[in-house]
Amino acid sequence: MAKYILKRVFYMFITLFLIATATFFLMKTLPGSPISSASKLNPTQLAAVEAKYGLDQPIPVQYGKYMANLAQGDLGNSYQFKGASVTDLILKRLGPSFLLGAQGLILGISIGILLGMIAALRQNTIWDYGSTFIAILGISIPSFVFASFLQYWIAVKWGVLPVALWNDGWKSSILPSIALAMGPLATGARFIRTEMIEVLSSDYITLAKSKGATGFEVAFKHAFRNALIPLVTVMGPLAAGLLTGSLVIEKIFAIPGIGEQFVKAIMVSDFSIIMGTTLFFSVFLVFVILLVDILYGIIDPRIRLSGGNS
Amino acid sequence: MEKILEVKDLQLSFHTFAGEVKAIRGVNFDLLKGETLAIVGESGSGKSVTTKAIMRLLPESSSEFKSGEILFNGKDLTKLTDKEMQKIRGKDISMIFQDPMTSLNPTMTIGRQITEPLLKHQKVGKTEAKKIAVDLLRMVGMPKPELRIKQYPHQFSGGQRQRIVIAIALACNPQILIADEPTTALDVTIQAQILELMKDLQKKIDTSIIFITHDLGVVANVADRVAVMYGGRIVEMGTVDEIFYNPQHPYTWGLLSSMPSLDTAEEKLYAIPGTPPDLLDPPKGDAFALRSEYALAIDMEQAPPVFQVSDTHFASTWLLHPDAPKVEPPLSIIERMKKFPGSRYYEGVRTNG
Ligand SMILES: Nc1ncnc2c1ncn2[C@@H]1O[C@H](COP(=O)(O)OP(=O)(O)O)[C@@H](O)[C@H]1O
Ligand SMILES: [Mg+2]
Repeated sequence: MAKYILKRVFYMFITLFLIATATFFLMKTLPGSPISSASKLNPTQLAAVEAKYGLDQPIPVQYGKYMANLAQGDLGNSYQFKGASVTDLILKRLGPSFLLGAQGLILGISIGILLGMIAALRQNTIWDYGSTFIAILGISIPSFVFASFLQYWIAVKWGVLPVALWNDGWKSSILPSIALAMGPLATGARFIRTEMIEVLSSDYITLAKSKGATGFEVAFKHAFRNALIPLVTVMGPLAAGLLTGSLVIEKIFAIPGIGEQFVKAIMVSDFSIIMGTTLFFSVFLVFVILLVDILYGIIDPRIRLSGGNS
Repeated sequence: MEKILEVKDLQLSFHTFAGEVKAIRGVNFDLLKGETLAIVGESGSGKSVTTKAIMRLLPESSSEFKSGEILFNGKDLTKLTDKEMQKIRGKDISMIFQDPMTSLNPTMTIGRQITEPLLKHQKVGKTEAKKIAVDLLRMVGMPKPELRIKQYPHQFSGGQRQRIVIAIALACNPQILIADEPTTALDVTIQAQILELMKDLQKKIDTSIIFITHDLGVVANVADRVAVMYGGRIVEMGTVDEIFYNPQHPYTWGLLSSMPSLDTAEEKLYAIPGTPPDLLDPPKGDAFALRSEYALAIDMEQAPPVFQVSDTHFASTWLLHPDAPKVEPPLSIIERMKKFPGSRYYEGVRTNG
C-alpha cells in the first residue's frame, strides 16, 4: 500500500510539472500582460515596471525562474495586489470554496444516490419517472441558470436566504451549495439507477433471495455496495466538475472564494494568480483521484491495492 | 414413501413485449423424502423456471401463475405471502445455481455469505454461526476453512466457489435442495469432483434433491428418478432404470441417442434435429412432433395424455395408445431395452426356447 501511494505521489509530481509547464507557455501566448491592462503608463514607465517584475527577460529565462521558485514551494507574487504572495492569497480564499464544494458534493451525491435507489427499486412507477426527471433537469440546466433561479425565488421573492455575498454566516453558503449540488446529484442518480437495476438482476442477488433475505436486505446489504462501484469511478471527474462549477457559482453569488479570485485574475491577466490557482486545482484534483482510487479499493475487494491474498 | 413436494398441473407464463411466453404448460411431479429427482431436457425446456417457481424467485412483475399448486408439506407455496416465503427459502428449500463465478456476492466475505442464512433462520449468535460456517466449509472439502472464511469470492477458483455455494445451501439443513445445473459451468474434472461431493453429502444428510441438468450422462450417477422435460411439460418420468433402459417417448430416445458413450466416442454424435418449440405460440399437439420421425397424425392435432407404463413410469406420447401403430425405436434404444425386464424387447431370460 505504502509503495503504491509513493509511486502515485511520484507520478503526481510529474503530472504537476507538465501542467505547470503547459500553463506557463499557454499563458505567454495570450495577448496582453498584467501591466498593459492597467495601462495608464507611458512606454518608459511600462518598461520600468516590466523590468521590475522580470517580464522583459526572454521567456525561457522567465520559465526557469518560475520553475525554480515553484520547486521551493513559492508560487510568486500577485501583480494586482501590490505583490502579495499568491500562496497567501489562495489560502485566504480556501475556506469558502472548500465549504461550498464539500457541501455541494455531499448534498448532491447523497440525494442523487437516494433518488437513484428509489428509481431502481420502484422501476417504471411514478417514483422512477419523478426521480429520472429531476436527474435530467440536473444534467440539462446549466448551473448558472439554476443559481439565478434560486436567487430569484428563494432569496428575492421569498426572502428566506441571502441573495449573495459571504456575510451571513453559514446561511450564505446554502444557496450556492445547492446550486453546486445539482451536477453530482444528477450524475449520482443516473449511475445508481442504472447500476442497481443491473445488480438486482444478477445471480448473486438471486442467491441472496434464495437464502431468505428480505427485500430490504437484498437492496441494502447485497446490492447497494456493488452498485456504488461505478459511481466511485466518476467521483474524480465529479470533483473536477465542482471546481469549474464553483468558478461560475462563486462569481454569481459573489463569494470570496478561489474561483471568484481566479476569474478576476483572468480578466486582468494576473499571471501569477492564474498559474498558482491552476496548479492548486491540479494538486487538488490529482489528490482527489488518488483518494478515489483508495476508496475504490475499500468498496471493491477485487481491486484492493495491497493485492496479496491475506 | 412420504411425498415432500407435489407440483400439480403447474402452468406459468411470462408477459413480455412479444406476448405471453407459456413457459410451463401443465407440469406434474412429486418429490419423495430423501430421493434425488433429476429433471433433464434441452435448454429452454422450462427446467429453471419450474424450480424458480417452486422457490418463488421469478420476477413478480412479468411472471404469472396461471394455474396449479405447489404443495410443500401440504402447504401451497403459490399462495404464500412474501414474508412466509422468505422463512422457507434457505431454511426448508435452498438452491444451487449454474454459474459459481457469478452466484456469490463479490463485495462480501464468504464467511458473511455462509452465516447469513444461519443468523436468519436459526437461533444462533455470530460466533456460533461462524463456527458452523467453518464446519460447513470443511464438510464441502475446503482446505483451511478458518482462514478462507475471511476471504472474498474472487480469491477462490470456480470449483471452490461452487463448494461454497453448496455450503450456503446446506447451512440450515434444508428438506429440499434444488441444484440447477450445478456442474454445467465447470470443466470436466471439477464437474466430477462436485458430483462426487454431492453424492457424498446426500448420504450424510437426509435431504431430497432436485437435480437439474441437460446432460443425461450425469443423471445415472446421481438420481433415483428422472423427469424428462420438453417445451414446458414433463414428457416422461420414471426410475433411472426405466428411463435409461425402457424409454417410451421419442424425445427421450433422442436424448439418449445424443448422449456420448464409450462406444460412440469415435463416431459422430447424434443430435436431435430441429429446434425447441416457440413458447409464445406453442404447438397444439405434441410439442415434439415436428422434430420427431415417429410423429403420428394425431400428434399434430391433440396433445397426448399421460400413459402409465408401470407404477413409477409415465410417458406422454400417442405411441402408447392401444390403437397406435407399433413403431420400432432406434437401434441403440432397442439395444438398451433388451436389458430391461418388462420391456417388449427384453431378451434376458428366454422361456420358449
Ligand atoms: N424472465 C423471463 N421472461 C420471459 N421468458 C422467460 C423468462 N425466463 C425464462 N423464460 C423462457 O422460459 C422458457 C424456459 O426457460 P428455462 O426454464 O430457463 O429453460 P431451461 O430448461 O434451460 O432451464 C424459455 O423459453 C425462456 O425463454
Ligand atoms: Mg436453466
